[in-house]
Amino acid sequence: MAADAREGIAPTKPPIWNDRRYRAVFYQVLVLAGVLLAGAYIVNNTLNNMESRGIASGFGFLSKTAGFSIDVHLIDYKEENSYGRAFVVSLINTLLVAAVGIVITTILGFLVGIARLSPNWLISKLATVYIELLRNIPLLLQIFFWYFAVLRILPSPRQSHVAFDGIFLNIRGLFTPKPIFEQGFSTIVIAFFVAVVGAFFMVRWARKRQEETGKQFPKFLASAALLLSFPIVAAVFSGFPLSWEIPKLVGFNFTGGIRMIPEFVALVFALSTYTASFIAEIVRAGILSVSQGQTEAASALGLRRSQTLRLIIIPQALRVIIPPLTSQYLNLTKNSSLAAAIAYPDIVLVFAGTALMQTGQAVEIIAITMAVYLTISLVISGLMNWYNKHMALVER
Amino acid sequence: MADASKTYDPGHHPDLKPPSSAVGFVAWIYHNLFSSWLNAIMTVGAVYLLYLFTPPLFQWLFFDADWVGDTREACSREGACWVYIIFWFKQLMYGRYPDAELWRINSAYVLLVVTMIPLFIPSFRWKQWLGIFLLFGYPIIAFYLFVGGSFGLPHVETSLWGGLFLTLVIAIVGIVAALPIGIVLALGRRSDMPIVKALCIGFIELWRGVPLITVLFMASVMFPLFMPEGVNFDKLLRALIAVMLFSAAYMAEVVRGGLQAIPKGQYEGAQALGLPYWKVTGLIVLPQALKLVIPGIDNTFIGLFKDTTLVLIIGLFDFLGMAQLVGTNPDWVGFRIEGYVFVGALFWVFCFSMSRYSQHLEKKLHTGH
Repeated sequence: MAADAREGIAPTKPPIWNDRRYRAVFYQVLVLAGVLLAGAYIVNNTLNNMESRGIASGFGFLSKTAGFSIDVHLIDYKEENSYGRAFVVSLINTLLVAAVGIVITTILGFLVGIARLSPNWLISKLATVYIELLRNIPLLLQIFFWYFAVLRILPSPRQSHVAFDGIFLNIRGLFTPKPIFEQGFSTIVIAFFVAVVGAFFMVRWARKRQEETGKQFPKFLASAALLLSFPIVAAVFSGFPLSWEIPKLVGFNFTGGIRMIPEFVALVFALSTYTASFIAEIVRAGILSVSQGQTEAASALGLRRSQTLRLIIIPQALRVIIPPLTSQYLNLTKNSSLAAAIAYPDIVLVFAGTALMQTGQAVEIIAITMAVYLTISLVISGLMNWYNKHMALVER
Repeated sequence: MADASKTYDPGHHPDLKPPSSAVGFVAWIYHNLFSSWLNAIMTVGAVYLLYLFTPPLFQWLFFDADWVGDTREACSREGACWVYIIFWFKQLMYGRYPDAELWRINSAYVLLVVTMIPLFIPSFRWKQWLGIFLLFGYPIIAFYLFVGGSFGLPHVETSLWGGLFLTLVIAIVGIVAALPIGIVLALGRRSDMPIVKALCIGFIELWRGVPLITVLFMASVMFPLFMPEGVNFDKLLRALIAVMLFSAAYMAEVVRGGLQAIPKGQYEGAQALGLPYWKVTGLIVLPQALKLVIPGIDNTFIGLFKDTTLVLIIGLFDFLGMAQLVGTNPDWVGFRIEGYVFVGALFWVFCFSMSRYSQHLEKKLHTGH
């Protein structure tokens, strides 16, 4: 009887439209077909439109003459160079803004973040005001403010603001002395690298000795001494092969030195102060995430305050800080595209702006521009993921 | 009270007042501003900086500023020229929307505020219905009011829209439309089906990896190419689609965070009850996940709200774009700073109050243990 009953409710094979595996395949085929159809429709329309408007396709335009000038170029560039060259020049300009911005914003962000945790009431309140003020105002507005309202109303070169007798700020931009590397400067560079290698081996030796005998060695001071003394000694022996070219007022403008155009100054300034307000909050959260018990345990072990900070708090705080810090770096890089609004010749202005207007090849140019930013994003996040893995807690 | 010479039985000594070095104004100043040499130096430096910058700032903003008049000549004093803002106020708020039709925008604002007020009253009972009206009914009414063209309302071209009004339209439409797309993308990213998953990841990472400007550029130059010949695409609509795609990708990541935070037991429990996928998702997982990510959605909205200013680069005159435009007016040269301060102050008030509200929600919705 019992066996019969069991047989009566024995599972029958479900019909094919109720089988989860077949359903999954069916849905995916449906989605893929939809996407492909939409894609084909768009491609077809685009091709028709381009043909009727007489727009060329393909990447041949990259080797044609660009015919426009670019204000800022770190590598040689002239009007008769190709679009490809213009692309490289503008890409370097974008990377330049991003790199300088990331360095400044990191320093500023850490300073403000630490200031916000300061026991000094006034300092921590000032840091709070900085953060809340800057991060709640659109970045583009801040760029406009620094560019149109501050840098555009600076005095003419003759009435420049001067700092340290070598740095001049006026409507034409920021002028700073330029280092001139003379014959024999390479000895200093070589000496520096020798010192780096020496310091590396010294730290390894010191760590080994500490593990074996427990004796500590002033690693930090010794490496600092090494890194400073070697280049200085080399400089003395090679007769200081470095001089500064100070900008000079000739006629109505400065010549010589390094000139940073106002667009660059405004962009870097706005980007780094804006991003610093986010980084400050990340730093604060990171430091607060290390529990009080860690500090107490460290002092119970007899570590000094500086050692606690360096060996206990910072390594643990960095673990919390690095992932969001990465996305802030990415944000800064992507936001550097706002350069187009104040005509700093970055990749969006030069390539997706001027080059697109001249050639009309919207699809190729937008695709290249997007690919550039995607690549930068992937490279930065890849590097940071690698570093993060390096720093992360090793769990069982 | 407590006399030093008097003796007390053990345990009966009256409580002593705390020493004057531990309480009161002087002690507070000592502990918070001058606890060490370094602190004292920093305090003095900060006070000096404040002394240097704050009085001139207030002088410029208020005491030396010009408030009345309607020409450039009214601004004769040293400080800010608020006459400039008052003169251009209509443009900054509504763009070039025709004067006679401004009541349409205003009544849409009023309707929005009036329907939103009950949502903040805890004891109000028909919140769901109000929510449904806000999501589905209100947009239709607002669209009809703004665009017009039938039932007696004259048509208003979107090229006349501008100012704060346009900023609000782009931000609100962008975020409201982005949420459902973002939810679908987030579910797709966590799906078992490899093709669906790959498509969703590709879509999300593509938009998240590129700046909004390139997306806007793409929308303004490539969308017209995508459509069949003769189809004309409104400029505002192109910008809206770009903003929508962009914020949907960010929204998807926010929602994914919420989905990941739901413990596995919830899925398994729902499946054990025999619920199919869409019921597990719609009745069990999403309500919990969305509640978790409300602050995240709010933050995305703040980010998007600030980013709407970028539409001025493709030639729409939003709030900041309008300030730029009137700043180039030959009759009113030299008052850009006032424009930026005004726009910045309004943006600040919006964003700051939204972020405070999101912090408040975070606390209120925290029902964990």
